Amino acid sequence: MLETLQSLSHGFALALSPGVMVYAFAGCVIGTLVGMLPGVGPLAGISLLLPASFGLDATTAIVLLAGIYYGAMYGGSTTSILMRIPGEAASVMTCIDGYAMTRKGRAGPALAIAAIGSYIAGTASVVGLMLLAPPLAGFALRFGPPEFLALLLLGLLTLAYMSGGSLPKSLAMAALGLLLGMIGIDHMTGYFRFHYGVVELGDGIGIVPVAVGLFGLSEILLTAGQAEPPAVMRPRIRDLAPSREEWRDSAGPVARGTVLGFLIGILPGSAHIIASFVSYAVERRLSRHPERFGQGAVEGVAGPESANNSATSGALVPMLALGVPSGPIPAVMMAAMMVHGVSPGPLLIQQQPELFWGVIASMYVGNLVLLILNLPLVGLFVNLLRIPYPFLYPAILVFSVVGVYAVNGSVVDVWIMVATGLLGYLLRKFDFETAPIVLGVVLAPMLEMSLRQSLAMSSGSYWIFLQRPIAATMLFLGLGLLLLSVRPVFGKGKDWRRRLGLTGKVSSREEGTS
Amino acid sequence: MFSRDRVAGLALFLFALVVLWENRVLPLGTVYRPGPGFMPMVLALALAGLALAVMAGSRGSPPLASLDWTEKRHAAAILAGSTFAALALERLGYRLTTLVLVGFLLWAIEGKRSAVALLMAIGLSLGTWYVFAGLLKVPLPLGPRGF
Repeated sequence: MLETLQSLSHGFALALSPGVMVYAFAGCVIGTLVGMLPGVGPLAGISLLLPASFGLDATTAIVLLAGIYYGAMYGGSTTSILMRIPGEAASVMTCIDGYAMTRKGRAGPALAIAAIGSYIAGTASVVGLMLLAPPLAGFALRFGPPEFLALLLLGLLTLAYMSGGSLPKSLAMAALGLLLGMIGIDHMTGYFRFHYGVVELGDGIGIVPVAVGLFGLSEILLTAGQAEPPAVMRPRIRDLAPSREEWRDSAGPVARGTVLGFLIGILPGSAHIIASFVSYAVERRLSRHPERFGQGAVEGVAGPESANNSATSGALVPMLALGVPSGPIPAVMMAAMMVHGVSPGPLLIQQQPELFWGVIASMYVGNLVLLILNLPLVGLFVNLLRIPYPFLYPAILVFSVVGVYAVNGSVVDVWIMVATGLLGYLLRKFDFETAPIVLGVVLAPMLEMSLRQSLAMSSGSYWIFLQRPIAATMLFLGLGLLLLSVRPVFGKGKDWRRRLGLTGKVSSREEGTS
Repeated sequence: MFSRDRVAGLALFLFALVVLWENRVLPLGTVYRPGPGFMPMVLALALAGLALAVMAGSRGSPPLASLDWTEKRHAAAILAGSTFAALALERLGYRLTTLVLVGFLLWAIEGKRSAVALLMAIGLSLGTWYVFAGLLKVPLPLGPRGF
């Protein structure tokens, strides 16, 4: 414990240095804007701004990108409460009671509760991240290729199980992503697969063009022809204070949302979206007056907003400790770390403690910055929403092109973005989730390498996966999830996603997009 | 009448078949010693199976005709603009490509006044160039005469 506090104090020394602090601040502001703007969710935002971090050292770059990530979680609530437009998908549930509060003239308290709940949840979950990641990384040092294969399979199955929509559709998208990840040179034999004469595909399909195409461009294609958004309210600072009753009603939901969000965040899937849905369902079930939900219940704002912020830190646990991203956003952040020569995984905390603890400390600082910044400046930020979408989307498109091109200086990446943009547009029209595709692209090379290394270790015997206890446990867990998923097909039980009303909503308003 | 899931499942199934066909040139190896074609084959078979499962479970899916395509004109224009950007970026350079792209979207698609479209196009083109190439030192392609 003492060692942890010592490491954290070193982290704070780094995070509070002016050079890093400026980028934490910039990340929070950009993230807030990204979260508010329809069409630019956290995933597209981080992907687009990745080139901007190239000139920075690794720690500062990750601090900037992490700031964008949790800043977007804050920003998304503003449009949900004021306009009933979720700036990003995790804020869908906040729309219901947040906007109802706005219509009752309680927009200010709704914004304040959302911001304060997010701050408490964000800070508490960073404590969880700080305490959980190092022991998990120590445990992961025992992992060999069979354990990694089992972990990756478990991750993909959990993602499919936790996603909204049908399981066959989610798994089909994961398989599609894994297939796309097969493009490029096979590292064990040197075969160039599915290249069609395009030399740039040697290193495979990049995560950034795929993410920007599936989440950024597809959102523009879906939104550009839609009707104009409704008018925006501008709350004044003096209207922000919640009443005593609102404070009292929010305390429990914030605490429960924090714990739920962190635990769900660790699991692969659209963590912060699911966390907010589950939190809303839990609060409604626990409430003595469930009929108030949908009519402006402050618990319906406090719980989901706390949960989605808490899930943000939870999602970083497997990425930092195991080197396995739990969703598309951590996958892009992992790619960003690799660009800077940092390999996330069990050895990260040992080999680069200043980076790990610097990022942790910057998250504490960032959460505080967001609280201080967002409440007083909410009136200023909402001005951005007055920009008509016909002026906004050409700018987003330009940022997409420049962001994608700049990663490798290759126009092939722009083509990949256009192709995946069209693919994402069509898939979303047909109610498919696209998040598993992004994760599949990232995990495919790891999955294949782990399988072949495992078989090389065992002279071709598949028993190796059952002979090693950790791998066997994870595979049985995956099998259990698969059986749980198919149970509603054969039995009378209702699928948990349908019970929560998640089906359809997540797929239509996906992670990382508006 | 075709349902959405049935059409989507069929498209995924056909895609899986195309992958299997393209994969035939890669050595498969054996189950015990997989070659470079093994994993793509397994994944394509999995995709084909899942596509069939999507089709089989399509009973409650809405009909294809119920899909709303009101944004199709905008979507087609934005896709055309993006394709132009990919084609022109290394030929015309970043600034000229962006100028044409933004001008086209604002003037031809959104019906903004030509002066407004031109001003916005120039502003975005030069502004993003200044930020990315100037401040962030990101190498962006130059066009004819170094523009």
